[in-house]
Amino acid sequence: MTEIRNGKKVLITPITEEDVRALHIGDTIYIDGHVVTGRDAVHDRVVVEGLDMPVDIHGGVDVHAGPIVRDLGDGHFEMVAIGPTTSMRMEHFEYDFIKKTGVRILVGKGGMKDNTAAGCKEFGAVHCVFPAGNAIVAAVCIEEIESAHWLDLGMPEAVYDCRVKEFGPLIVGIDTEGRNFFEEKKVEYEKIKDEEVAKISAEVGYIM
Amino acid sequence: MADINMKAKESALVDVIASFIAHTSIRLPDDVFAKLEEMRASETEERAIQIYDLMFENMRLAKELKRPTCQDTGVLQFFVRCGTGFPYLDSIEEVLNEAVLKSTKETPLRLNVVETFSEYNTGTNTGTGVPFIMWEMLPGRTDCEIYTYMAGGGCSLPGQSTVLMPAEGYPAAVKFVMDRMTTYGLNACPPLLVGVGIGATSETAALNAKHALLRPIGSHNENERAARLEEMLEEGINAIGIGPQGMGGDKSVMGVHVVNTARHPATLGVAVTVACWSHRRGCIVFDKDLNYGSTTHSEFEGGAL
Repeated sequence: MTEIRNGKKVLITPITEEDVRALHIGDTIYIDGHVVTGRDAVHDRVVVEGLDMPVDIHGGVDVHAGPIVRDLGDGHFEMVAIGPTTSMRMEHFEYDFIKKTGVRILVGKGGMKDNTAAGCKEFGAVHCVFPAGNAIVAAVCIEEIESAHWLDLGMPEAVYDCRVKEFGPLIVGIDTEGRNFFEEKKVEYEKIKDEEVAKISAEVGYIM
Repeated sequence: MADINMKAKESALVDVIASFIAHTSIRLPDDVFAKLEEMRASETEERAIQIYDLMFENMRLAKELKRPTCQDTGVLQFFVRCGTGFPYLDSIEEVLNEAVLKSTKETPLRLNVVETFSEYNTGTNTGTGVPFIMWEMLPGRTDCEIYTYMAGGGCSLPGQSTVLMPAEGYPAAVKFVMDRMTTYGLNACPPLLVGVGIGATSETAALNAKHALLRPIGSHNENERAARLEEMLEEGINAIGIGPQGMGGDKSVMGVHVVNTARHPATLGVAVTVACWSHRRGCIVFDKDLNYGSTTHSEFEGGAL
């Protein structure tokens, strides 16, 4: 379900295919409901080792993040700081991860490439950027860590199932139509960079 | 008696450095904060402005809640410039190690140290060669400057060094740096501070690049050509329009710093490394009597031990 609240577009989990197919690159959204953390080692377990996610994330949100979590004892945890990590590290796994888990929204830092974009298009998912380095803004959106799994992977790699309120802002980087914000931007960046390199190079011919 | 006194002082040193590490994880250095304010004020793209505003909201919350501003509190690195007459010289390595253990628990910092080959997280933020400590001895002096640096994963990834042939010259060094900006730079949490090292070999260039990141923002290389190169690279990378988060904006970098040492006639070593916008570097200075203060964080209260 999608709700407009004080001008914010809020998607509520479980998220439907229709909800994500209505999103486009550059849109800003927020999440109500649940998100889980899952990055490198989690993707490896699910895609390479063939394990099931310890939490059902059909219609859910996977955040590429390695948080700082305080162990309160008795299986309770407090989210101290959580921010996105470089999503590109998960690129290799993401098509299969989307296919297997039924996840609708992936959240991370920076862009991803064709393998992810293919999964997004085929199965109905988007990749979003949470502006990185804003770990406390993200942490205060988390009402509670409801459960923690695969703690053997260590604090940054474990799966934390979090109940969230207006988790965001999330900026859509890859949509279901195959558009890719960063890849499109990179074409512009590369062109300007080449011009700037030529300009600077003309002034630094001073080697002995 | 002298020994007991020494032990007490060392323990107090651990406490102060641990609390300084915590402070630098929560508050950005004065120069970084001021530069980000300036960049926010001059930005014209709407999305970029929104991202800057979010960054300032995050810094406000981190201060209010006393939590690390970024969840990746990095691998701890120390650059120690120590007078040979500093009375606690022999203890510094042990003190820094203890301070990392303490700050990791108390702040808390994320557990980030993975032993290589054995491949497990040590769970303490210390390990073989970590914290990394780089020494510079200052003959005839009795004080000690300790630069702290939290090397996060995202902003460590773009780091690269190489050795060029002189025939390729400085233009090849420029291309080497600029290519890194549009590939790895986007994911390294721009606006970045870019450290460029020039030297004889890959590792001297790399060390120079790291030292470049420790310099205050707005400082310039003393060599006129190197200073001009800093300026040109800054203008050039800004012109690319990477913006905060690599999503577009008027500017891309907080600055470009070049640090150079001499080269071999047959080599031109060049390295690039970057700091993210959340540039967690600090400097705490002790005199021989252990009066201390920070040169980077005005809100860190100095004192005497």
